[in-house]
Amino acid sequence: MIGLLKKHRYFRDHDLKSSYDVVIIGAGAHGLATAYYLAKRHGIKKIAVLDRSYMGAGASGRNTTIIRSNYLTPEGARFYEASVKLYESLSQDLNFNMLFSQHGHLTLAHSDRSVNTMMERAEVNRLVGVDSRVVYPDEIKDLCPQLDISDHPTFPILAALYHPPGGVIRHDAVVWGYGKEADKMGVEIHQYTDVTGINVENGKVTGVDTNRGTIHCDTVISCVAGWSTLVCDLVGVPLPLTTHILQACVTEPVKPLLDKIIVSGTLHIYISQSDRGEFVMGSEIEPYSGYSNTSTFRFIEDLAMHMIELLPMLGHAKILRQWTGYCDVSPDYSPIMGLTEVEGFIIDAGWGTYGFKASPIVGFTIADLIGTGKTPELIQPFRWARFYENDLVSERGAAAVSH
Amino acid sequence: MSFILSCPNCGPRAVDEYAYGGEVTERARTSGDERALFHYLYFRTNTGGDQREWWFHSSGCREWFQAERNTTRNEVLQVARPGELAPSREPAGG
Repeated sequence: MIGLLKKHRYFRDHDLKSSYDVVIIGAGAHGLATAYYLAKRHGIKKIAVLDRSYMGAGASGRNTTIIRSNYLTPEGARFYEASVKLYESLSQDLNFNMLFSQHGHLTLAHSDRSVNTMMERAEVNRLVGVDSRVVYPDEIKDLCPQLDISDHPTFPILAALYHPPGGVIRHDAVVWGYGKEADKMGVEIHQYTDVTGINVENGKVTGVDTNRGTIHCDTVISCVAGWSTLVCDLVGVPLPLTTHILQACVTEPVKPLLDKIIVSGTLHIYISQSDRGEFVMGSEIEPYSGYSNTSTFRFIEDLAMHMIELLPMLGHAKILRQWTGYCDVSPDYSPIMGLTEVEGFIIDAGWGTYGFKASPIVGFTIADLIGTGKTPELIQPFRWARFYENDLVSERGAAAVSH
Repeated sequence: MSFILSCPNCGPRAVDEYAYGGEVTERARTSGDERALFHYLYFRTNTGGDQREWWFHSSGCREWFQAERNTTRNEVLQVARPGELAPSREPAGG
């Protein structure tokens, strides 16, 4: 049996070499996508992807798999739209069925203020070519008959932002697909390899220390999301981030009932039904920062209370399991990508609650940055230095609810 | 609830009664150094370990106070009125 599993693994084990061209810390969707595009588009194949745990153990395996691009800022909407486009052809590109299902995404508005925000998002989206518009209760009822559009709920539904290309994907398959294809091109994936130090001489990266030995390299990319501050501390790059836990849960599986992704910022909840029939539900990050992955009962209580208000038929559904993950939240709810003040140390951080949906475009643009030496225009607004230039990209209106 | 936090006025309560105010930072000086000001505004140590932080008892006495908490275990080490936290324990071996 063990032999059979080994035969069908998607990537090989290797001894750690003493030098690589590029070292990527974090074998999640971002790290593996970066390795894949570096090898495929720029011919850089001497790459080690290191992870202190197993492949996809962090946010890549804990997110709620929602893909969308209806963001509030033109910079954000353009960036995530490019990601959705890459996701649309990913199953073919990686020869791996990712079960990507674009069945539509509804962000509900329960107050005049949030209707205004939805209108602003719809206008920005239209300007940059994202398919998104404001719909009102009659159309909401057509799109999703399960929702109560009457004035009976405490917070009646006034309107919604409808985003037809929004969808869900098999998140583990994204990790495995990138890992499999990267491995084929010679990228080495090293699980259970903990980076304990990053060596810098005269302001330039010279290598990393790990629990399996020292590696020499000129370029190190940190793709560790919730752990970003801890990795950047090794090299002395300060970050404007705080790490919080985010919780999610699933119900027992039932027959297909809900084919839209429903989000409500006012009720602090979001829900979709997976291919397996489970309702995947989530809420806000915990308000206090920390690195304790302990689930709370309060989360389930609050979530269930609001969820039943929105979809009363879920009252009898049993919660199957709940879990937590780390989110590195930035002051403007936008990511931090690209060069730092240490030459050769590149960061991909600040992914808060929206990192998974950006995986392909992160890999694509970070690979371009390393391959060409120039920061791609798409990620220039998200540069680390923007916090010292006071040039923030405020995405709070479209990203503060974690979906 | 995820952990119990003691308010200096009201005693031990569930953490849901409080609002978190972030880590205790040293206020920037009015020196005209923009970089220092932006560093104070946006950058955080985001410690994985013992952290000094602000809390507000929003559903209780509505007073701000400070706590020292281990962020990896969610263990509250001490609470005090602003500026009255005892010095941190020396790290083991330090």
